[in-house]
Amino acid sequence: MNQIPALLRVFGYLSLLTVGGGMAAFPEMKTLTVDVHHWMTFAQLVHLYSVGQMAPGPNMMMIVAIGEWVAGLLGAVVVLLAFFGPTACLALGTGRLWKRLESWPWRSSIQRGLAPVSIGLLLAGCFTLAKGAIFGLETATIAVAVLLILLQYNINPALLVLAAAIIGALSFAAG
Amino acid sequence: MSDSSTPVVVTQQPTAAVGLPIRVSAGQIFREFLVIGATSFGGGVVAYLRHSLVAKRRWVEDKEFVELLAISQTLPGLNATNMAILVGDRLRGALGAFTAICGICLPGALLMYVVAIVYAAHGDHPLVTAALKGVAAAAVGLVLATSVQLGKKSLSNAYDLVFVALTVLGVNRLHQSVLTVLAVVGIAAILWYRPRRPPANSEKT
Repeated sequence: MNQIPALLRVFGYLSLLTVGGGMAAFPEMKTLTVDVHHWMTFAQLVHLYSVGQMAPGPNMMMIVAIGEWVAGLLGAVVVLLAFFGPTACLALGTGRLWKRLESWPWRSSIQRGLAPVSIGLLLAGCFTLAKGAIFGLETATIAVAVLLILLQYNINPALLVLAAAIIGALSFAAG
Repeated sequence: MSDSSTPVVVTQQPTAAVGLPIRVSAGQIFREFLVIGATSFGGGVVAYLRHSLVAKRRWVEDKEFVELLAISQTLPGLNATNMAILVGDRLRGALGAFTAICGICLPGALLMYVVAIVYAAHGDHPLVTAALKGVAAAAVGLVLATSVQLGKKSLSNAYDLVFVALTVLGVNRLHQSVLTVLAVVGIAAILWYRPRRPPANSEKT
């Protein structure tokens, strides 16, 4: 079945939800890619998202993997265009209008009001991710350890994720 | 509006003329953003952007960078790609914006394309599954840390915490779509911080 129109719709829609970051769209991405379209299992989505955290560049490039998964190279390209096209146009337009919006009193209201909401969306995405990633004491310990280390030390998160991969391979493979 | 017939000798400091963006070719923009896209491991692309565009190349002044970042954070879209669009547009119009976003996305996209193929072939290998279990758990900690760090910076009073809580409850407990929550809580928060009239004369006393 041709999935290209569905990919276009889903990722075009998801792109508009990414207020404050890509993670904001994660709960909806789970609903659409796993529950509605059955493109992958929740575990697979969580895996791809997590591996994506090690990739350089914008942190939602894992969408390319979903596109490839569903419809090969064309799927990957379509997903990229759908996910980045609409917000890119919006940013271009707003960026040019911004100076003129300076005197518009609602501009700072929007900025001020969306700040807590975007953090709430980030947390909500994180909790959705946790449902597919935290299964017991071991995984919870890894998550808390990463959290505490990052809050305490200025260390590259990619290194921690890599370390967690090695710890995971060593400890979970046996059991 | 500088006439090309009058030779303006720029001796040093290409960013010296405030408000006059220096000429940067689309190729230069693409290369610079490609390097950022290929080296910015571990998220936090904004820090890499700032280092590269403000400190190293001096294509953007720090003040303007912060202003563009504010736009990026308010709009939907990832900070990294929105910044690429805004900076690219400042440097060389729509073409600059296009090359910048292509450059910053390309390395990660290629990598994740390969990951998808490898994962499809070997994703169910026990060792891979075990490693991914660790990676996923670490990702949770990473996103939590980002939330805490962002929260410390931009949440300033108890009402902010209420909006954070309402958003989380709406998505995770009430299972509303992100769009609905964004519309309801987002608009409520914007109205809460609505523009207020400057204090009237009567309040002065």
